Amino acid sequence: MGQIKLNKVSKSFGETEVIPPLDLTIEDGEFTVFVGPSGCGKSTLLRLIAGLEDITSGVIEIDGLDATNVPPAKRGLAMVFQSYALYPHMSVRKNIAFPMKMAGVPADEQARRITAAAEALNLTDYLDRRPGQLSGGQRQRVAIGRAIVREPAAFLFDEPLSNLDAALRVGMRLEISEMHKRLATTMIYVTHDQVEAMTMADKIVVLRAGVIEQVGTPLELYHTPCNEFVAGFIGSPQMNLLKGDEAARHGATTIGIRPEHTDVSQTEGTWKGVVGVAEHLGSDTFLHVHGVPGCDPMTVRVDGELPVRHGDTIYLTPQLDKLHKFDTQGLRID
Amino acid sequence: MATQHSRSAARLMMAPAVVLLLGWMLVPLTMTLYFSFKKYLPLRGGDLGWVGFDNYVRFVTSSAFWPSVLTTLTIVGGVLAITVILGILLAVLLNQPMWGQGVVRILVIAPFFVMPTVSALVWKNMFMDPNYGLLAYLWEFFGAEPVQWLSQASLTSIIMIVSWQWLPFATLILLTAIQSLDSEQLEAAEMDGAPSTKRFAFITLPHLGRAITVVILIQTIFLLSIFAEIFVTTGGAFGTKTLTYLIFQRVLESQNVGLGSAGGVYAIILANIVAIFLMRIVGKNLDA
Amino acid sequence: MARTVTQKRKIINTAAAWSVGLLIFFPILWTILTSFKTEAQAIADPPLFLGFDWTLENYAAVMERSNYGRFLWNSIVIAGGSTILGIIIAVPAAWSMAFVPSKRTKDILLWMLSTKMLPAVGVLYPIYLLFIRLGILDTKIGLVIVLMLINLPIIVWMLYTYFKEIPGEILEAARMDGATLKEEVLYVLTPMAIPGIASTLLLNVILAWNEAFWTLNLTAAKAAPLTAFIASYSSPEGLFYAKLSAASTMAIAPILILGWFSQKQLVSGLTFGAVK
Repeated sequence: MGQIKLNKVSKSFGETEVIPPLDLTIEDGEFTVFVGPSGCGKSTLLRLIAGLEDITSGVIEIDGLDATNVPPAKRGLAMVFQSYALYPHMSVRKNIAFPMKMAGVPADEQARRITAAAEALNLTDYLDRRPGQLSGGQRQRVAIGRAIVREPAAFLFDEPLSNLDAALRVGMRLEISEMHKRLATTMIYVTHDQVEAMTMADKIVVLRAGVIEQVGTPLELYHTPCNEFVAGFIGSPQMNLLKGDEAARHGATTIGIRPEHTDVSQTEGTWKGVVGVAEHLGSDTFLHVHGVPGCDPMTVRVDGELPVRHGDTIYLTPQLDKLHKFDTQGLRID
Repeated sequence: MATQHSRSAARLMMAPAVVLLLGWMLVPLTMTLYFSFKKYLPLRGGDLGWVGFDNYVRFVTSSAFWPSVLTTLTIVGGVLAITVILGILLAVLLNQPMWGQGVVRILVIAPFFVMPTVSALVWKNMFMDPNYGLLAYLWEFFGAEPVQWLSQASLTSIIMIVSWQWLPFATLILLTAIQSLDSEQLEAAEMDGAPSTKRFAFITLPHLGRAITVVILIQTIFLLSIFAEIFVTTGGAFGTKTLTYLIFQRVLESQNVGLGSAGGVYAIILANIVAIFLMRIVGKNLDA
Repeated sequence: MARTVTQKRKIINTAAAWSVGLLIFFPILWTILTSFKTEAQAIADPPLFLGFDWTLENYAAVMERSNYGRFLWNSIVIAGGSTILGIIIAVPAAWSMAFVPSKRTKDILLWMLSTKMLPAVGVLYPIYLLFIRLGILDTKIGLVIVLMLINLPIIVWMLYTYFKEIPGEILEAARMDGATLKEEVLYVLTPMAIPGIASTLLLNVILAWNEAFWTLNLTAAKAAPLTAFIASYSSPEGLFYAKLSAASTMAIAPILILGWFSQKQLVSGLTFGAVK
């Protein structure tokens, strides 16, 4: 079981309020991702749930029980840190055994769980090494192993992949997702990378300046961002936002169109522009187009190959049914 | 960045150290202040009553006072200048590629392990003695008149002895700092066409700023209260009476506790002036 | 990275560094050499470097004149005891400052360091009186306490700088893993800080071993350590260079040997953790 409920939870450091009171419910077995730019309070929120920071006001419930004043160790949560936080003076085996040792798990049970975790994480051959002798990816696995053996009510991940190189990151992302499917345990995952959020989450919580901007499934956020910030944050490359006359023509202060929702033609279209940079990836082509009123440059994605170069003139036409409209406060107009 | 629980635990764990040091500071300090307002001669009648600021006036107007402050500052300043400058040169030298670097480092550290009483005695007798000292032989060998080190050049001699003791410390800290300098910075400067002297002046030296601060801070703490070196060599004669030594004489040799305590208060004030000055610098450096 | 240095450059460096190193080390070397000479050879003109009759008679004479063993034992107890006591008190304090810093942490740290600047002589008489009152004048326990107190700020500061190097996340991980505060300090922090604690230990043993103000002024016959042993040779009858050298060698040898064996830890300790 692992339902986590935040009720009017807030956090201040001295005079500065980093998280104004917020409500959030994370259902049992759900994979929830907190995403937002750096400094948005997502890590602080995770640490409040972990109990590593006191909350200033409000109530945290875990499985219906008030956990607000329960010390971290007693909350039944396991955390994987950004730096992995492995104990450098202990072997991998001892690292993984540490939480069980603290909890007084019998030795034979400890051994059984270590063997199982090591097998699942491909660490069997490394159990007697020190963390310093492992690669980044292996350390990451040890950190996860240390969390798994506790059989926690929920896993907390604090930007766990940000220290890995790009190729490893994709692999670990899949492994964590698979682990979630297998264990069906609640997971809360903090990241600033919206691709991780989109690919892994059951539910995404977008945060800015300590405030929840929107909560929803990845595709909900993609299709119906509730404001300009979420619209700009979710999706890669970023949504193009146009202000001024173009927006006024659609009865909005700002309109947004995703790069993949714009048709490109070399002869005619709504907007005329000049190609600045053309990125040819083979599978698709990204164009950075100058000269579109209210948005410079505009990014456009085209399937497959398109033979345009720097300096070519092209015409762009937005798919009107995929247009997002926002009012003066930046809120969505439907 | 922590919970209430760990904060209160922290306060509890800090308490013993804080309480002990507070006691160590306040109890004797209060007693010193108390004695400084009394005529107190343990061997000649003991407590002879309150005398107001008499002791303070007498201590500061005694002919020995200002010279002793000057001597203290000269020794501290002289030793700091010598150890920092030679320390930088030595650190640069030791950082060069060579054979047997480890052994040289051991040789250079060695004086730090020698207790002050020993080094003072050895220097006084075996090196600076005008008849049998090694330096006297050296001077005679070159046809010069041997120097009466500890009587004619007493302050210089003491600065030499103390510098010898502290040079290893300065060198090691500065060497560690030089070794931590990112070599890419130097390479970038070299690519930019800076000759080695300029690279030293504009990159290495500024990088050493923090290390030099540490050297000055730590050494000052210890140098302000050097005692054994003077006790053993000149006994405070020939213009080597530091403030510390002057007070020591008032308290233990003339057994005038009241006067000595007033002197102690002056010494504490002097130390505090230096401390405030140093703490400013170090406080700033601790943030970095 | 490194470019090949010309052989000539390296020879010059080596020669220069060795000359300076030997020059700095020379007073110690000379003392050790002289301790094996006869008194006549010790003041021979010109000075004798190696061509003399090696003898142990000075060591025998020193042993006969004073009870070296007792001074040595006193030094070991005082230096070791004050350091260990200091570390036991300083570890929790340094933990608090490094991992639960508050706005006042820096002030407390600087204040602690400033107590080190209080001139000892200013409080000599009060301490002397207190020691008589408490009956600990000329006792080892009295000196252990005083030396612990004067070195405590340095110990706290060194441990603090070492602890700060340890990422806080590791201690938080231990907390999440269910470790109590005691277990966190005992199983995670202390083992990780062993190198730092070792350096602190060594440096403070040396500082305490060589401390000469309190050890000279608060001891007489019973608890006097090696600093007092050697100070007794400053009187005129000690003006026998060979015997003085033998006594000096005996006073510094233990710490010199300890220092050389633990050179690596010491170098990092000597920098007080303040320079990386």
